[in-house]
Formats: sequence, C-alpha cells, structure tokens
Amino acid sequence: MPLPEELKKQKKDWEETTVRKVISRYPELKAEFVTGSDKPVERLYLPESFSVEEYLGKQGFPGRYPYTRGVQPTMYRGRLWTMRQYAGFGTAEESNQRYRFLLEQGQTGLSVAFDLPTQIGYDSDDPRAEGEVGKVGVVVDTLRDMEILFDGIPLDKISTSMTINAPAAILLAMYIAVAEKKGIGKDKLRGTIQNDILKEYIARGTYIFPPAPSMRLITDVFAYCSREVPQWNTISISGYHIREAGSDASQEVAFTLANGIEYVRAALKAGLSVDDFAGRLSFFFNAHNDLLEEVAKFRAARRIWARIMKERFNATDPKSMMLRFHTQTGGSTLTAQQPDNNIVRVAIQALAAVLGGTQSLHTNSREEALALPAEESVRLALRTQQVLAYESGVTSTVDPLAGSYCVEALTDRIELEVWQYIDRIEALGGMVPSILKGYVQKQIQEAAFRTQKDIEKGERVVVGINKFQMEEKRPENLLRVDPAIRQVQTDKLSQLKRSRNSSHVQDSLSALRQGAKQDAVNLLPLILETVREYATLGEICQVLRDEFGEHKETIVL
Amino acid sequence: MDLVDDIRRGEVRAIARAISLIEDLEPEAELLADSLFPHTGRALILGVTGSPGAGKSTLVDRLITLERRSGHKVAVIAIDPSSPFSGGAVLGDRLRMQEHATDPGVFIRSMASRGFLGGVAAATGDVLKVLDAAGYDTIFIETIGVGQTEVKIVELSDIVLLVLMPGMGDEIQAMKAGVMEIGDIFIINKKDMPGADKLLMEVEYVLSFKNPGEDTVTNPIVMTSATNGEGIGLLREAIAAHRTEIARSGKLEQKRRFRLERELMGVLNRKIHQLMDVHIEVSKQLPDWADTLYRRKACPYALINKQIQNFLKEGRGDRTN
Amino acid sequence: MPSKKTRILIAKPGLDGHDRGAKFIARTLRDEGYEVIYTGIRQTPEAIVQTAIQEDVDFVGLSLLSGAHNELFPRVVDLLKENGAEDIKVIGGGIIPEEDIPLLKEKGVQAVFGPGTSTEQIVEFIEHGSGR
Repeated sequence: MPLPEELKKQKKDWEETTVRKVISRYPELKAEFVTGSDKPVERLYLPESFSVEEYLGKQGFPGRYPYTRGVQPTMYRGRLWTMRQYAGFGTAEESNQRYRFLLEQGQTGLSVAFDLPTQIGYDSDDPRAEGEVGKVGVVVDTLRDMEILFDGIPLDKISTSMTINAPAAILLAMYIAVAEKKGIGKDKLRGTIQNDILKEYIARGTYIFPPAPSMRLITDVFAYCSREVPQWNTISISGYHIREAGSDASQEVAFTLANGIEYVRAALKAGLSVDDFAGRLSFFFNAHNDLLEEVAKFRAARRIWARIMKERFNATDPKSMMLRFHTQTGGSTLTAQQPDNNIVRVAIQALAAVLGGTQSLHTNSREEALALPAEESVRLALRTQQVLAYESGVTSTVDPLAGSYCVEALTDRIELEVWQYIDRIEALGGMVPSILKGYVQKQIQEAAFRTQKDIEKGERVVVGINKFQMEEKRPENLLRVDPAIRQVQTDKLSQLKRSRNSSHVQDSLSALRQGAKQDAVNLLPLILETVREYATLGEICQVLRDEFGEHKETIVL
Repeated sequence: MDLVDDIRRGEVRAIARAISLIEDLEPEAELLADSLFPHTGRALILGVTGSPGAGKSTLVDRLITLERRSGHKVAVIAIDPSSPFSGGAVLGDRLRMQEHATDPGVFIRSMASRGFLGGVAAATGDVLKVLDAAGYDTIFIETIGVGQTEVKIVELSDIVLLVLMPGMGDEIQAMKAGVMEIGDIFIINKKDMPGADKLLMEVEYVLSFKNPGEDTVTNPIVMTSATNGEGIGLLREAIAAHRTEIARSGKLEQKRRFRLERELMGVLNRKIHQLMDVHIEVSKQLPDWADTLYRRKACPYALINKQIQNFLKEGRGDRTN
Repeated sequence: MPSKKTRILIAKPGLDGHDRGAKFIARTLRDEGYEVIYTGIRQTPEAIVQTAIQEDVDFVGLSLLSGAHNELFPRVVDLLKENGAEDIKVIGGGIIPEEDIPLLKEKGVQAVFGPGTSTEQIVEFIEHGSGR
C-alpha cells in the first residue's frame, strides 16, 4: 500500500505553511543535512507505505528470515552480547596478566591482538621485526608463547577471538595444541579466528601470500573445523578495517558481504556443501557516530546476507542465513585532542551497535588515538558496555528502533546502495579481480579523501579538531611497550631452538612443504604437526612463502 | 666538470642530481648533457609501453631480476602523468620494483611527464645520456601507457616492448589506430586470463600486415604471466635474439642514427622557439597580436610572416606593431 | 626556463598497513603542485633511503602507526647521513605521542605531525621550514 495521497497532501501543506513560516524567520543551520556517510537526510520521514506482506518480506520477526530485526528471537532479553575487549601487547606473560585482569572485571570473552611481525609471519629475530615486536599486540613466535599466553585460563569455559589473518591456520593450530596439553578436546573449543585475507588486501595490509593460496588456506580451515572443531567460527569477515580505511557505511557493508560471497564460493569450489560451513561464518563491523545510520547499517547487512545465502547459494539451514557479528567502536573517529571526548563518542557508538543487534562488542578506550590503552581506560570502556547492558533499558525489547520512519528509510537506502556495489563487483568478475584491479581500494580512497577534505574545510565538524579547540596539557602515563622486549623475546627464541628436537622440526616442515605443493591436501593437520614440534611461526611461514610466493599491493591514487 | 666524473664513476647521488638538473631545465643542463654525450652509446635502451594495468611495472621488475643475474647493471625510468591542474604528480610505478631498491646495481627513477605529450617526459632523452654514461648496461623506459600518444618511445628506444593483456576491449581498436606500429616485441601478459589465445591470434593477424616483404626483421610475440614469473625467461631470450638480429641487419644503427636526427630536430625546434622568444618577445606580445586578430586588423599568417621578416632583417621583431 | 619542482617521498616504514593518512598526504601534496613518490607499505629504512637518493627528493615523509617510530625514524636519518644525503629532510607523522617528539627531533627528524594535523601546516613546513 503506497503512502496515502491524503498524507502526502498534508505533508506538502505542512512544508508550505508551517515550515516555511518558521524558516523565513529562523533559517535552518545548514542548507543540506547529511549522514556520517555524507548521504542526504530529510527533515522528516513519514511512513512510505505499509502492508503486511511488505513488512514480512523486509523486516519479519527476530530469529526468522530475513533476520532484519535480529538473529535470535529474544535477543538481549535472553542473553546479553559478549563483552570482548581486544587486548594484547608485549610478551605473552604481560598479555596473560591483562587477560586475567579483564576476566576478573566481568569481561565474558577474550580477544587477542598479535603484534605485526606475528601477523606477517616474521619471528622476533627477523630484521623486518625491528621496532615492532610486542608493539600493537602480543608477540608469538612458537607454541611456547601460546602456552604462556593462556596459562591459567580455562579454554573450555571462555570463547577466544584471535585477530589473525595470513597465518590464521597456524595460530589456530597453536590454540588447539595448547588445549591438547591442558587435556581439552577440540570439540570443546569456542572462539573465532579473523582469517579474512581479502580485506587485508583491501584495507588492513597484513597479507603474506597471493590470493589463490590464501583462499586455499582459508577453505582448508573451513573443512578441518567443520569436522574437528565444530564450535569454532572459522572466519570473521570484517568490514571494520574497510571503514577505518575511510569507506562510508554502505561501502563497509557492501565490500564485506562481497568478500563473504567470495569465501562461500571458494568453499563450494573446494567441495564443501553450503550448510556444512556457512553457519560458522561470522562478521565484524565498525560503529561510527551517526547513530541512526549505523543502526540502519546493521539491520540492512542482516537482511542482505540472508537473501544472498538463501537465494544465491541455496542454503537451507537457517544458521547459514544468519549474519552474526562482532562490533568495535570506530578507531578512526577518536581524536588525540581532548581525549576525554572519546569516552562520549564510544558510548554513542556502542549504543548503535546494541540497537543494531550485535553479538559481541569491543569499546575503544579514550587514549587510543595516541597509544595502547592503560588498564583504567580499558575498565572505563568496559563499564560503558555494562551501563548500556544493565541501566539503559534498550536491552528490554528486541530491535527497538524498528518502525522508526527514518531508520527504516535509511535501512532501505543502504540496502539499495549495497546491492549496486555487489552487482558492480560481480560484473568485474568477483572480489579477487576487483581487488587486483584496485577498484575496491579506489572507492574507499575516494570516500576517505572527501571526508578528510570536508574536515579540513570545516564542513564536517569534529569536536576538538576543527571546532571547540582549546589549549591542553599533553596526556600523561601513556602505556609504553619496553623496547627491550625484542631482546628478551629473541633470547627466549634461541633458547627454545636449542631445546627442541631439530630433526623432528625439519621433518614436520618438509612434510608441510610437500603438502603445500598439492592443492588437494588439507594443510591443517600438517601445520598442527609443525607447531607441536615447536617450529617457529617464521619457519612455517617461510616454507609457505617459498611455495606460494608473496602478494604485492595494487596502489591506486 | 666534477659532476661528469662522479656520474661516470656511477655515484648514485651524482646521477640522481644530474637527472634533476636536466628535468628542472637548469642553465647548466645543456653543458652537462654535452659533456656526457661522448660517453654514451653503450647501453641497450628498452622502451616498455602498453595500456595502464597491462602489467608493465611487474614485467620490468622481473626482467631486472634476470638482467642482474647476468651481471648487468640496470636503470629504469618510470614515467607517470603530471596533473594538468596543479602540475604535481603522484609517482607510484616503482612500487612494483621496490625489492631492487637496495641493489647497488639497480637505479630506478620516477619522472613526471610535466605536460609533455607522447607518453614520456621532455627531458627523457637527456636523462638517458646520464644513465648511459653512468655505465648502466640496460635501461628501461616505462611509459605512461595511454595509447596513441606513446609514439615518442620509438624515437628513444632501441627496442620497444608492447605489453598487451586479454580482456581489454579496446586493444583491437588500438591496433587499428596504429599503436601496433610502435612495438618491436609483443608481449601478451596475464596469459592465464580468458581470452589470451584469442588475443594471440589477433596480434598475429594484425602483424601479418605489418611488414610486407622488404623488412626481414620479424616481431616476436611472447606470452607471459608477470605476477608469477612465467614466460619472463623466454621474453629475455627474445629480447637478446632481437637485439642480435637488428644489430646484424643494420636496423639498430639505422634506428640510432634516426634517433640522433630526431634529437637534433628537437633541439633545433626548442632553440628556435627560445630565440624567437628572446628576440621578438613572443610570449609577451602574444596577447597584443591576438587582439589585432580579434579586431580583424590583421591575419595570422601575414602577421607571423611579417614578424619573421623583421627578425631576419634586423634581428628583432616589430615591437611597435 | 628553469622550473625547479619540489620532490617528496612519502614512505611507510615498519609493518603496519594503515596507509589512509599516507595516501591522503600523497594526494594532497600532488594537488599542491609537488611531485610525490609513493612506494607502498612495509618499506625498510634501507629501501627508503636508497629510494630517496635515487629519486633526488627534497623531503622524506615517514608515516607510521604501529609505535615503532622511535626505532625506525632515526634509522632513516642515520642512513641518509651515512650515504652523504643529510640534506634530504626527514619529517614524520602518524600515532606519535607528544613526549616522543623532542627525542625524534634531537635525532634529526625535522618535524613531526601528529593526528589532527592539517594539510596547510605540512605545506607551510615544506615551503618555509616552519611549523611543528
């Protein structure tokens, strides 16, 4: 049923008389209002139309296709989201302390940040690791570090998310091996590896191998886990970093789901059947300051993914159609100036994630535009989630913003734009060719460039940056990673190398090399064997570098 | 000139600075180019052209590796367009060659076209002299890669490598438009992509019309996949064979003589321009001349002919007009 | 007619892949009329210095968000010196705590531009050597 003529007439009358009269005396602050993604916002939204069929088709009921209103029927009335703060720095010992602290503070899941050498497959003693060891996350060279990292933490009781991509299979193997030593079976393990290489090529940069062998490693993980580690989320398809690189909200969803399509296709090509792995796919999004647009974004993403899985890939298991996601508040929205303002930003963004139906949430800390967060800042960020969960009341009903004329209109608009991008990428031959041609990077860069120009011109206000600036004292007590850590870790490493059985190490690495040469071999069991022998991450990755080659970025400026 | 000695000893900083002097048209650039000229003529100059995205930089990267294995010193000039609005440029071609950045036997220089048409920068010819005199055995010139404007590369190179890839619908149009004329060796890159065989047939077909009889030198076609290194060995062999062939047939000498002719023409044109500018103040007077034309008080040819006659007679133009 | 162009190398040392800022700067400097060489992520100090010399740049702009600036920025300065290219000015940007700036300057980094820096400030420095 389209909008009744009478209502349209009334709106026109309202604009021409009531609004016009006011505007003539008190003009609006801006000629045009836009969302955080620079899309027009109307003064007032009205119901576009309403019919039962349309409602069921576009929104439906929570826990039912198309899942616009949420993936579980009761949402936070049944169970709150998992409060999961991304953490890790320095040595395994230091990070283990931080994890225990967070669990004591009421955090309900772990999220491991690895340092860059670990993420790119270099050991601490590699020259390329200079200055980087333990800086943005914890350093892991061998299984020994993982044993220390999870010391005293019950791996059968908590879920662990690991932000690791190019060497995801190796870190997962280490996690399994640590559990083995604790006597915990693979079927008890719950958690997520990010394992999303496509967005590394697009936005985050910690790739190692070219697309084809990278996709093989990913589908090997899918296949292995579907048999052996059934509760593990084998991938976290991430829009977070795409948004951080400067995309707008629609692009974030579009490129993430297009990556998802590519992974599903790769898994099907590798011989898996869709309902065997699709239920273990998870997603990861950003939350920015434009509250309503962000809520609409999450809702649109669920609706589109459900349709993709049902209609394009003929999934039949409802779990395969549900877009479950983790959210992190937007790192790039934080300012180094007046860092306390970030606390407020984070609260708004976290609210958007909750109103958008997230399954887990990380809230950034106030000084993260400057350094890794200190304990008290992390606690405050966690408390923000707890206030939302226990005091705000927004958890009491499912999808509270549904039916807001504005939010529904934004949801529809984002959906439309997302489909346009997905169609364009499909026309270019899918995500891999689109990345190699630089198409995706170009779209993101254009958006990032516009945003930054708008900030410099003052057309987009950032409090404390281009408006309401003030003189301030520089923040003190920033967390610092001791630069001596590289030496400590290197010593640890050479000691370990002396103590392990080096012929076993070499044998396991040669077996991996042989396996890598044959596409049909699942590499997970071979990798597991190398980590059990305490082969280093760098050694394992070097074997794969030799066999697979290395990726080179496509730059479009 | 100390700089010349430093360049000839292969000192990187000197080479780099000399190139800037030439690019910036500094007053000493002419003398520098002439001082280097006697020491040139040794290097093999390879032009690399083809559409953007065809994989030129990656191919050059792979060829550098092979050249280095044979002990050759290699230089690369990678040309990107200048912005017509700001005059600035973002030069990103060397990204694909960065693993050679620390190899002392490799010198890579990015150049902005600085408004010069023809796919290369105006100073490229003189920059080549610097690199040649500095002792680089092989010099690659990678052009911007925008189709028909690439013709200038023919004048600068001993051998032109034309890089094509499947799936670019405009390739055939380009062939018809004459771009095919500029290639000596044809490379079908990304040979694993669909359409590579079809492209090969099309190139063969077009080439069958190119040399009707009298020219004995044939144009090799090589299929490559630069990203994984396939076909690069074959390409290098094709380059070596082609070089031997054109040296034997005299075509190389003919090309190099032709290059010198073109260079002389270029210098002459530039000099005449400068001369006219000094003596009859062309730049300064242009608006006034245009004004008389606008008011239909004079006609273009007559006006210029008069200026030239005055210049020849008196060594200066008619400034009273 | 001489037409001296200022050339600037924008480089990302270290291992972080956050190139949003570096690319923005590269593009903005292009629009300001400079010739900018951009070589992508994960460049070693050695490669950065050789590139700077071969490209005969006037400035090297280093962008780093991982926190390895105290090690890597001075390393670039030192290598330039070792190669007789100390006239090439090194500037830095990224997530750099205020308290690190004096040390970086002492070690020869000419200017450090932290989060929230405007293009104007950078251009001002390039043109007049003043600013941060």
